[in-house]
Formats: sequence, C-alpha cells, structure tokens
Amino acid sequence: MKLVLNKDSMKIEKEQDVVPFRNRVKEFAVKIGMGLVNQTKLITAASELVRNMLKYGGGGLAIIEVISEGRDTGIRLLFQDKGPGIPDVALAMKDGYTTGKSLGLGLPGTKRLVNEFNIKSTVGEGTTVSIVKWKNG
Amino acid sequence: MDRIPILRMGSFLLVTIQIDLYDRLATNLESDLVQMVNKTGARGVLIDISALSIVDSFMGRILGNIGSMSKIMDAETVVVGMQPAVAITLIELGLELRGVHTALNVEKGMELLQEKIGTDLDAESDDDEAGAE
Repeated sequence: MKLVLNKDSMKIEKEQDVVPFRNRVKEFAVKIGMGLVNQTKLITAASELVRNMLKYGGGGLAIIEVISEGRDTGIRLLFQDKGPGIPDVALAMKDGYTTGKSLGLGLPGTKRLVNEFNIKSTVGEGTTVSIVKWKNG
Repeated sequence: MDRIPILRMGSFLLVTIQIDLYDRLATNLESDLVQMVNKTGARGVLIDISALSIVDSFMGRILGNIGSMSKIMDAETVVVGMQPAVAITLIELGLELRGVHTALNVEKGMELLQEKIGTDLDAESDDDEAGAE
C-alpha cells in the first residue's frame, strides 16, 4: 500500500514551464532527504516526461506526490495529457524508436532512471505516465 | 530576449552556462555559437556546464549538435565541469555525448583544446617547411 503524504500539481502548457516544474520536483526530493544522484535521476526523468507531454500530448497536468510504503519514502510523479495517445506502447518503449526528431531515448531511458514506471495510453483520449523514485532506491 | 553570453579568448570561444536552460535558450545558444565560430574563425569552443544540475536528452542533443556543427566549421568542442551525478544519469539514460570532447574542469579543457589546435598548427608549419625546401 502506497500512502500519499504530500501532494502538489502543476499545469504544463509551454516550454517555459519545464524549468519551474523541475525545480518543484527538486524541492520535494530535497525535503524527503533524497541523495544527490537519485535526485538527479528523478529530475532528469521528470524533465524527459514533461518534455514528451508538451511535444506529443500538447501539454497537460503534472502531479508530484510524496509517498510511503512500509519503511520506504519516495516521490511519485504523474503526467496526464489529453493528447492523441500512443497506438503501440511496447514500440514506444523500445530504445531508439521515435516518431519525432529526437534520439528515441526518452521513454526507455527514463524507465532506467526510476524504480517504477507505468504508462497507460488510449488513442484519442490521452496518455498517463507515472514514475516512482524511492529515497534510497 | 535572454541569451547566454559567448566570450572570445584568442582563437577560442568560451561559454559558461549558469542557469538551467529552457528549450528556446538552448537552441539559440546552438545557432549563436555556430555563427560566432564562422564570424571569428575560432578553432575551439569550450562549454562549462558545472552549474547545470541536470542534462536531459534534449540538452545532450544540443551539446552534441554544437560539437558536430563546430567540427564541420573546423573547430573542436570541449565540454567541461560535468557534475558526477549528471554523468551517472546521462549514461543510464543512454546518452554518451559522442562528438564532443570532455575535460574535468576549465583549465584541463583549455589544455586539451590547445593540444588539439597546437598539433594542427605544427602539422601545417611542417608542410610549409617541406614546401620551401
């Protein structure tokens, strides 16, 4: 059971929202005492996902949560957009696959940086990505 | 509009990135740098990223682009001052920053550039001598 201890959300509508969002995630990570390397991984993952949401989903809502499960404390981030959705999630998770002009590292690379990674997408309705990084994970 | 300043020092260009870049700022830096290389005939570009707390795939791509573009314009690029946590994250993300040289700090970066450009100049002067004989 994951308990939510603290919660905040930010609307992401333009590229200038990326840096303030990253800073907000950093504040939360610092507050729970996450180490520098894990912090950097989490913020990098957040940056990738928020950029994806802007690029492919036309922006959306980003939610930051402090969660606990047993003795673990961590940060969960949720990214919800109402974009076109991803027709083939398995393909999008493959290294090097891209429909845009990027390196195709975004989703699979992000998954490697965090402890838990979930993606739900419905074509025509939107995409929700959630990641968890444990403090000592 | 915000811009990252580019300093000229001899045949090198120096850039210190002091703030987290949003996309427009990063792409501006990319085009400004290439134009400066063209205008000044710089042989080396040194980018200090010691103040960057994260480098994501977008920023990595910009750095790689600057390296490749400068290379075509006959200038070497060296990225210096990467924080250890950033290096760990970059490799796990799968970004290897190909096409740019890296050095631990500004001093070592300058040495590296001088070495690279120095050997080029030596080779040229050797050719001149050979031509004279």
